[in-house]
Amino acid sequence: MSENKNLWVFFEVVGGSPKIVSMELLGKGKELANAVGEELVAVVIGNGVDAAVKIAVSYGADKVIVVDGADYANYSTDAYTYALEQLVGKYKPSAILLGATGIGRDLAPRIAARLNTGLTADCTGLGIDTDTGVIQWSRTAYSGKLIAEIECPEARPQIGTVRPSVFKRVPPDLERSAEIIAEDIPVPTGLIRIALVEKIEEAAEGAVNLEEAEIIVSGGRGLGKPENFSLVKDLADVLNGVVGASRAAVDAGWIDHSHQVGQTGKTVGPKLYVACGISGAIQHLAGMSGSDVIIAVNRDPDAPIFDIADYGIVGDIKEVLPALTSAIKKLRS
Amino acid sequence: MNILVCIKQVPDINELKVDAATNTLPIDKAPNVVNTLDTYALETAVRLKDADPEVKIFALTMGPEQAKEALKSCLSVGADKAYRLGDVLLEDSDTLATSYALSGAAKVLEAREGLTFDLILCGKQTTDGDSAQVGVQLAEHLSYPQITSAVEISVDAGKVRARRETGDGYEVVETALPAVVTISKTEYEPRYASVKSKMAANRAEIPVLTVADLEIDTALIGLNGSPTKLKNTYVPQRKKGGIKLEEENGEIAADKLAALLSDAGIV
Amino acid sequence: MFFNEDHEYIRSLAKEFAEKDLAPIANDIDKNDEVPQRIYDLMAEMGFFGLKIPEQYGGQGLDTRSYVCVMEEICKKSIAASLIMSSANSLSTAPMLLAGTEEQKQKYIPGIASGEDFMAFGLTEPGAGSDAGAMTTKAVEDGDSYILNGRKCFITGAPFAKNAVIFAKTNPEKGSKGITSLIVDMSLPGISVGKHEDKMGLRGVATSDIVLEDVRVPKSEILGEIDRGFITAMKTLSIGRIGVATQGIGISQGAMDEAVKYIKERKQFGKRLADFQSLQFKIADMETKLNAARLLVYNAAYNMDEGNDVTKAASMAKLFATETALEIVSDALQMHGGYGYIKEYSIERLYRDARVLTIFEGTSQIQQMVISGIVIGK
Repeated sequence: MSENKNLWVFFEVVGGSPKIVSMELLGKGKELANAVGEELVAVVIGNGVDAAVKIAVSYGADKVIVVDGADYANYSTDAYTYALEQLVGKYKPSAILLGATGIGRDLAPRIAARLNTGLTADCTGLGIDTDTGVIQWSRTAYSGKLIAEIECPEARPQIGTVRPSVFKRVPPDLERSAEIIAEDIPVPTGLIRIALVEKIEEAAEGAVNLEEAEIIVSGGRGLGKPENFSLVKDLADVLNGVVGASRAAVDAGWIDHSHQVGQTGKTVGPKLYVACGISGAIQHLAGMSGSDVIIAVNRDPDAPIFDIADYGIVGDIKEVLPALTSAIKKLRS
Repeated sequence: MNILVCIKQVPDINELKVDAATNTLPIDKAPNVVNTLDTYALETAVRLKDADPEVKIFALTMGPEQAKEALKSCLSVGADKAYRLGDVLLEDSDTLATSYALSGAAKVLEAREGLTFDLILCGKQTTDGDSAQVGVQLAEHLSYPQITSAVEISVDAGKVRARRETGDGYEVVETALPAVVTISKTEYEPRYASVKSKMAANRAEIPVLTVADLEIDTALIGLNGSPTKLKNTYVPQRKKGGIKLEEENGEIAADKLAALLSDAGIV
Repeated sequence: MFFNEDHEYIRSLAKEFAEKDLAPIANDIDKNDEVPQRIYDLMAEMGFFGLKIPEQYGGQGLDTRSYVCVMEEICKKSIAASLIMSSANSLSTAPMLLAGTEEQKQKYIPGIASGEDFMAFGLTEPGAGSDAGAMTTKAVEDGDSYILNGRKCFITGAPFAKNAVIFAKTNPEKGSKGITSLIVDMSLPGISVGKHEDKMGLRGVATSDIVLEDVRVPKSEILGEIDRGFITAMKTLSIGRIGVATQGIGISQGAMDEAVKYIKERKQFGKRLADFQSLQFKIADMETKLNAARLLVYNAAYNMDEGNDVTKAASMAKLFATETALEIVSDALQMHGGYGYIKEYSIERLYRDARVLTIFEGTSQIQQMVISGIVIGK
């Protein structure tokens, strides 16, 4: 077969801190690499990433390739693709896993096309053929109504992005050590074509990183009015979760689109998803049906959301949410 | 300014239901529509045209004969011309092969029309494949810069500026044209056709491009030219019905639920 | 049989709009008694207000069948939204198209076709419903003007209309042969609108009285010939009949859809309601009646497009399609059981919305008079 060897995880670092999904992928990557007797390599690109490198080692990387430089301080498609292209040319990995994050979904198709190899996006399951080293990628299509199993039998490296929260983090081992390979890849002048004009962090409520959230409490049209999002927020706070929303609530102008879960919003896979006043249109289900546990609160006993919910309460949001918030507070104390 | 909008005809996800008897997804039975985010991409283009009548919009799709209906729909809401890339040689192309073929089509159209596409817009992702790859890979094949997940764009002095979604908010970025921008859900909704434009679009001729018209390597398209292979598809198991509490009042229900969650170790 | 590809294309546009933009807010339109401006804007953009209006007056110049296709799809989701469209296409503009001068047509119709202006149709009075000839509103000649006094009631759109076609007696002693129609600017001194009627159904388009007190209307605003207004009114209503009949089949389909959805979900005695044969047979009857009604409506529209006299065909379509609608919404509500009586289910609204169809623009009894008059003769 091919001379390509070793499984890489693109260990995504933003503002010095690694993404949780990258840690999850090291755990799964280790399992796959072991199965075929290859090494697990973390690739860390950024500026000032020493701490992140240590974390990558603690999560099981056998080697870490580090590209550290001012040109990589902010993510850019052009520079990161360029760096990965150089690294792949030099080390010839058999596969690269990336988190299906904003950056992962921007970078993976570009580097796959640059390398003329196959990419499977947004995977929800991974397996490997121990004889051939071919990875079996599973992913959903048609808004979760179909699972497709995909392989990239010949082209190398095989590339895939994996949804956050699909795999669990293994406990880190802070005593581990691994070989650190520093690569100096200066970015040619003019290579980066996209200029960052302004970064708009979400104000007031802080960042909404729905894709990586472990607990999400979402509100929909059934809240009745925008003020009732405070009830959703209260429940999210007591659960240490973040606030999501259905398209109906976003379209009504009750909350920013960055909170939207569903087909035209974000796809999430938290451990716990609480749907409040969300009827469960297919577009919404498409974005959250991969959640581990789903709780639904809705007035309409026939709402489709109850079909996929593990727990449901038929009742008035204004009554149920505060009661649930205080009941959970009681449990916690 | 010339804008190319790449669209895809997909089964209407709302009409697509799992056949309970056979546990299959009868994709062919659902009516076809223009992929949702592609309609936002087209609307974004048409808004640029509203502001500047010099803008010309070209719609392009790769797909079978029936995909001409999707292109007619584009013509009815503001595209000036529409082309279909259709050829049996393209069947079963994966995203890499598809984007490669589209890049070839874009180049041929530029030559035919005697222009260059300053801006190429695509929906961020489709509702069938959900992969969000084709737009980006088209950019790579054309060696153009890419801006993904844009929710608002403006064009000025040979540059496109876009507000794009990131994992934790938004950022505004800028690049020189030509460029590829993939469009996420915008604040504005796609417009409707008027009865007149709808009828006119229905009568429009949709020229077809075949692989022979393109200057591309046929080893890189279709099933054989696709590095990824679809091995199997299946309908995921439905979740078993959960516990539904219908109590006298919210407080009782909430207390019961909290106890259940606690017992199950969820909270 | 009745439709060509253009008709189907136009129908698909209306269907998409109805499902995407009307269905989610149809109950809110009813609850708030208001059609949002956005809906007016969208319908204007699509050209629905001028669908049947000739192109030289700013319309789309399409045929009756195109109008039926659009109306039917809209009525499946919101009959209130259909009313603003049917008004523009028939009651608002037909009097001018039938009797107006070229100048009047150019002056008034384009604004209605574009959806910017609303023209009310002021025929009915407290003491003159089906018996329109019994009206008491008077127009008295005074120099270069007519002075109008009287009260019109149940006038759709009166509170926001820019103008109104008012029917008034110019020669009271001549009965219905002494009625003249005039275009009245609603901002003229002496005009006021009555209180907003709190209607049972068809909520969303305001209806109220128009009160005329010494309103001076220039003679240039007389529509058609003096004393010939009654004919204009009757011809206008005749044109409107196909529209109301279409509302009947549209709302019936909406009710059928609600019923079928509900009986497939709702379980009693351990099985779905849809598995009970008594309901299956009821659905079969509803569907059959609805399709019979549909054929009558399509047939009337087709013949109108062919230039044939459709007086009887339109009356039969209106009579049957609206009476059938009452039966179908009632049966569909019954299938919902107790939930059908609660406002959260659309069928409750459809039941109320449908009720007016056998009453306005010529009651069922008036239709029976028209039909039997033609069949039996004088």
